[in-house]
Amino acid sequence: MALLQISEPGASSAPHQHRLAIGIDLGTTHSLVASVRSGRAEILLDESGRAMLPSVVQYSDNNIVVGQAALDAATEDPLNSIQSVKRLMGRASDELKTLSGRLPYQMSEAEAGVPLIHTAAGEVSAIQVSAEILKQLRLRAEDTLGGELLGAVITVPAYFDDAQRQATKDAARLAGIKILRLLNEPTAAAVAYGLDHDAEGIHAIYDLGGGTFDISILRLQRGVFEVMATGGDSALGGDDLDRAIAAWIVQQMQRTSALDAVTERHLTQAARQAKEALSTQVEVEISIHLPAGESWRGTLDQPTLRSLIEPLIRKTLSSCRRTVRDAGIRIDDIHDVVMVGGSTRSPDVREWVGEFFKTEPLVSIDPDQVVAIGAAIQADILVGNKPDSDMLLLDVTPLSLGLETMGGLVERIIPRNTTIPVARAQQFTTYKDGQTGLSLQVVQGERDLVSDCRSLARFSLKGFPAMVAGAARIQVKFEVDADGLLHVSAEELASGVSASIEVKPSYGLGDGEIERMLRDSIDHAGEDMQARKLRGQQVEADRVIEALQAALKADADQLLNPQELELLQKELQNLLEVRANGDAEAIQAASKQLEKAAGFYVQRRMDNSVRKAMAGHKLDEFEN
Amino acid sequence: MAVTLTQAAADRVEQFLSNRGKGIGIKLGVKTTGCSGMAYVVEFADQLEEGDVVFEDHGVKLIVDAKSLVYLDGTELDFAKEGLNEGFKFNNPNAKAECGCGESFTV
Repeated sequence: MALLQISEPGASSAPHQHRLAIGIDLGTTHSLVASVRSGRAEILLDESGRAMLPSVVQYSDNNIVVGQAALDAATEDPLNSIQSVKRLMGRASDELKTLSGRLPYQMSEAEAGVPLIHTAAGEVSAIQVSAEILKQLRLRAEDTLGGELLGAVITVPAYFDDAQRQATKDAARLAGIKILRLLNEPTAAAVAYGLDHDAEGIHAIYDLGGGTFDISILRLQRGVFEVMATGGDSALGGDDLDRAIAAWIVQQMQRTSALDAVTERHLTQAARQAKEALSTQVEVEISIHLPAGESWRGTLDQPTLRSLIEPLIRKTLSSCRRTVRDAGIRIDDIHDVVMVGGSTRSPDVREWVGEFFKTEPLVSIDPDQVVAIGAAIQADILVGNKPDSDMLLLDVTPLSLGLETMGGLVERIIPRNTTIPVARAQQFTTYKDGQTGLSLQVVQGERDLVSDCRSLARFSLKGFPAMVAGAARIQVKFEVDADGLLHVSAEELASGVSASIEVKPSYGLGDGEIERMLRDSIDHAGEDMQARKLRGQQVEADRVIEALQAALKADADQLLNPQELELLQKELQNLLEVRANGDAEAIQAASKQLEKAAGFYVQRRMDNSVRKAMAGHKLDEFEN
Repeated sequence: MAVTLTQAAADRVEQFLSNRGKGIGIKLGVKTTGCSGMAYVVEFADQLEEGDVVFEDHGVKLIVDAKSLVYLDGTELDFAKEGLNEGFKFNNPNAKAECGCGESFTV
């Protein structure tokens, strides 16, 4: 007998067509799944009544274990129990150098730069590991909801770039889950708190999870969410707090020898337990018994913990400051701050965040569950279980997207922090006479020169009719969909010749990289302006030089006497030399000088072509 | 003619209604679809439609439209848990046959 849920008025589905949808918080340390049933979002529990599925997968010869059992095994079998795999999603091997010191796995590089992890069951990629976690959540949801799922909303950190989002989508596909949409974690948290039903205002979402830190500034207007700015650090989280405490324990133990993977697990686990205990107690006894027989006993008190975690929390607060600035607001404009992630249970964290935002943080929903709940609410809306919902979630692009133009300059099409989905078009033209194609390079970044930005893709538009330079009208359109994936198309408007490309970057871009790119763009603003000016003048000089050379080749012998030709060639030579020197002002002057010097020649050519055009015609033919 | 519900069902309905923040009760009905002729409908009700019949049981308003009532007369709405799954269940004396999953029925 099927069990029925209460639907919204008029939204009952036909039998066997229940629109079952789930929200998944695919976390670095834990994952959760939630669904809306009879109008209420709730976390779906496993057989033992546990909400959180540890994001750990243990590989053995012929078996794959996911969750608590894999986590329990992690201490004894660290190399085959893959944890924190989210940090590897969409990352290329060369980006892992900074991370590999912290991840006790044996990694190797496969083709296409995708790092693989050696396990007892062979080599696996981050996507495969994530898919195992997602599969487990899918099975839990299908058992609980009693039917096939229509789809899922999966949350990702706001800072995930296209490659990381794509990797998450691939993992879902591998797990047999249809993705309705990827949603930024902080945005999901805001939905869970029902901030969309609140009055208008600006809210900050402070999300300190196991492995990532995200800060989002959301604006509510007429019940619509707009993400004004996002920032954070995808390599900072509760794990790092644990590591800081573990490092303190090592120091107390006066150990000097290097730690092996098993010891490290023991220590981090003890550190985590101590940290959790200290959110309610003043001090906690720690006792360590290492497999090697070594043991240590000591006490960690609140003030010491506070001093250990303070540097890390201060780091998150400077991210907050930057993001508030990016949003173009002041801290006083922020109405309240929502706390997300297990690490925000720490009274110290709440205190510092409250001080920073000058408001009491919102903590009423379990900070571990709030993201999954928001995702479930969004999933419920997306499959159409809410007939009159007007909720719209907007996300932003983390970096500007643009196109290479002549001279290696970047033409910015979509500026950073633009809300998505978005489509922007711009017209370009040809640079040379008779040009029938052009190559487009799509770049991401804040700098003015292509060489300082990150190239995302390259494609060509070919086969449009030859025209004089500047006559072709080429419409280039950038579209970023709701998941942050970019589609670029180019069309020559007169002929309709078009080409397009879907941008799925081959490797990821960490937020450290994003931060560096942003900082560089500020540090090098003056330099960039000079460079832009120089390249602009060089392009202009090239155009003048080429036009003159072409003209001289065509008709110098008919229209110029030897002295005139010599004069023009001297000026031309002058411009060529100045152009190579790299002084924008001088190039501009020399270009002007050459144009002026060639003025009589241009006039003469024009007269000549008019004469040619009119030859053999009667005057009255032109009068009509 | 009457439609009733169990205490367990009433508790859940009240919980869902208060969580939703609005609604006068729940509406039960049948639709002529499904693999076995008729299908049950359970929805939140925000207002009464013409021809609706209201039953009150365990403090919960059960609203049934006149057309559906002939199929639902004597039905008891229950709330059940089966493994991880939980939801509402119709104990309908009029149903002669149900499809395998019980979502639709014939009279």
